[in-house]
Amino acid sequence: MNAIAIRTLNLSRTFGQVQAVDDLSLEVPTGSVFGFLGPNGAGKTTTIRLLLGLLEPTAGQAEVLGFDTYSQADQIRLQSGALLEHNGLYERLSAEDNLEFYGRVWHIPPTERQARKKAILSKMGLWERRKDLVGQWSRGMKQKLAVARALFHQPTLLFLDEPTAGLDPVAAAALREDLTALVEQEGITVFLTTHNLSEAEKLCHQVGVIRQGKLLTVGAPAELRSRTGANRCEVYGRGFNPEVIERLHSRPEVTQAKLVNQHLVIDLNGHTEIAGLVNWLVNAGVQVEEIRKSTASLEEVFLTLVEE
Amino acid sequence: MISDIVTIMWKEFRELLIQKPNFRGGWVGLLIFIAVFGILLPFQSGRAWVESPIGIVYWAWVPFMMVSTVIADSFAGERERHTLETLLASCLSDKAILYGKICAAITYGWGITLISLLLGLVTINLAYAQGGLLMYPLDIGLSILGASFLLAALAANLGVLISLQASTIRSAQQTLGVIALLPMILILLIPMLPSSLNMRMVTWIMTQNTSSLVYPIMALILVLDLILLAAAMGRFQRARLILD
Repeated sequence: MNAIAIRTLNLSRTFGQVQAVDDLSLEVPTGSVFGFLGPNGAGKTTTIRLLLGLLEPTAGQAEVLGFDTYSQADQIRLQSGALLEHNGLYERLSAEDNLEFYGRVWHIPPTERQARKKAILSKMGLWERRKDLVGQWSRGMKQKLAVARALFHQPTLLFLDEPTAGLDPVAAAALREDLTALVEQEGITVFLTTHNLSEAEKLCHQVGVIRQGKLLTVGAPAELRSRTGANRCEVYGRGFNPEVIERLHSRPEVTQAKLVNQHLVIDLNGHTEIAGLVNWLVNAGVQVEEIRKSTASLEEVFLTLVEE
Repeated sequence: MISDIVTIMWKEFRELLIQKPNFRGGWVGLLIFIAVFGILLPFQSGRAWVESPIGIVYWAWVPFMMVSTVIADSFAGERERHTLETLLASCLSDKAILYGKICAAITYGWGITLISLLLGLVTINLAYAQGGLLMYPLDIGLSILGASFLLAALAANLGVLISLQASTIRSAQQTLGVIALLPMILILLIPMLPSSLNMRMVTWIMTQNTSSLVYPIMALILVLDLILLAAAMGRFQRARLILD
């Protein structure tokens, strides 16, 4: 088995004048969950299509599961599962028939197909409704079934294009739990695109941020927060009067200071030591009870990168 | 690849015939059609139903029409219902998907034709056979089987080519409908030809035997089938279908 499930090298794709994917180079280790974050039209879906060999690159190359996406796309699709932009379910068929069809597509023997159908639909809580037409189901149930379909042939690599898009928070959380459990049990590699940053933080071992086809950064969520996000401290206590906050702004190591829910939140330049700042606060008359160092959330990191 | 083609056919038939919202409407419509072509028309026509060469025209038209009703949906429907990209992202080969769709449509259209044909034969024998067995003459029978199959294939190949390019099922159906009307328009134009030319044509047709008239036409349709199939294969490109 390859240590790297996905490797792209200067991968590019243009549509007329639009550069959908621009010089993308990244590596996704086998067995990891990789989150691909970006605003609408950033090139996430095009990247998945390129990796599945559904589109040809205009420049560069990509290797998925050790196969070239241009010349060996059949092999990639044989070993991959995909939940794309649309769930791709046949709404005029039952849930069972949808799985039956894709089970036949992947040549799963009949007895195994039956067993897998029962196992995966039960795990997703859909077994009792298996004979219903999919068109009669809620969006959340359809999305769960689409995930089940993508996993049905036990792929080694799973592409998920915004799997929780359009779901209510409860359904999204339930789907995330199912996904996490399935990924842990099956040990597969997942390439996931999402707008939902808390989702990326919970599910992904690594995330990449893309904007206008260009990869801005890659790393573990915690690493990105500390690398890209502001160094922040939260001060709990008393005596945070406007004059102190005003004077804080004039200090060179402080980029921003504000009162949030009765405590002071200070964003610092780089990795400034906060001991000196605490001394300064005490001398300015602030009664410090507690100090917490924190980093920006992934959402703030994302917004910073995208706005830059 | 055969098993992949059968898989696509299985899905197509499942959607076409087993879909529950239209279960009654779909089956009832089909049974009425079979009853008309298998019982009513043969009963009205009498022995001429099996003996007249005009039957070849009926049985060529039936599968063409039946296939036309389903083939427009083949790719345009998948595109409209957002199932095409997932299908293309599967491990099925291009040929398996394309041939599966074409074979499903032909099997549907030609299958209904054969059922109606056999039922018609039973009706004629029950109503009009006086002791003996009424059968299609060999040349007419072979011509009906061949022409109905080739016309079913023509509708399937033409329909799949149109469906590959159409953005919606409706536009595919409209285009196919207009093309299906063209032979009718040509037939309607015949009376407008000079009467001497008309006379010569009728005389020539009347002096030909069935096989010498039908077989060359069948050969022409076969060539057309192959050209259309090649065009559909050329048009079937995953990247192009996704970007469409």
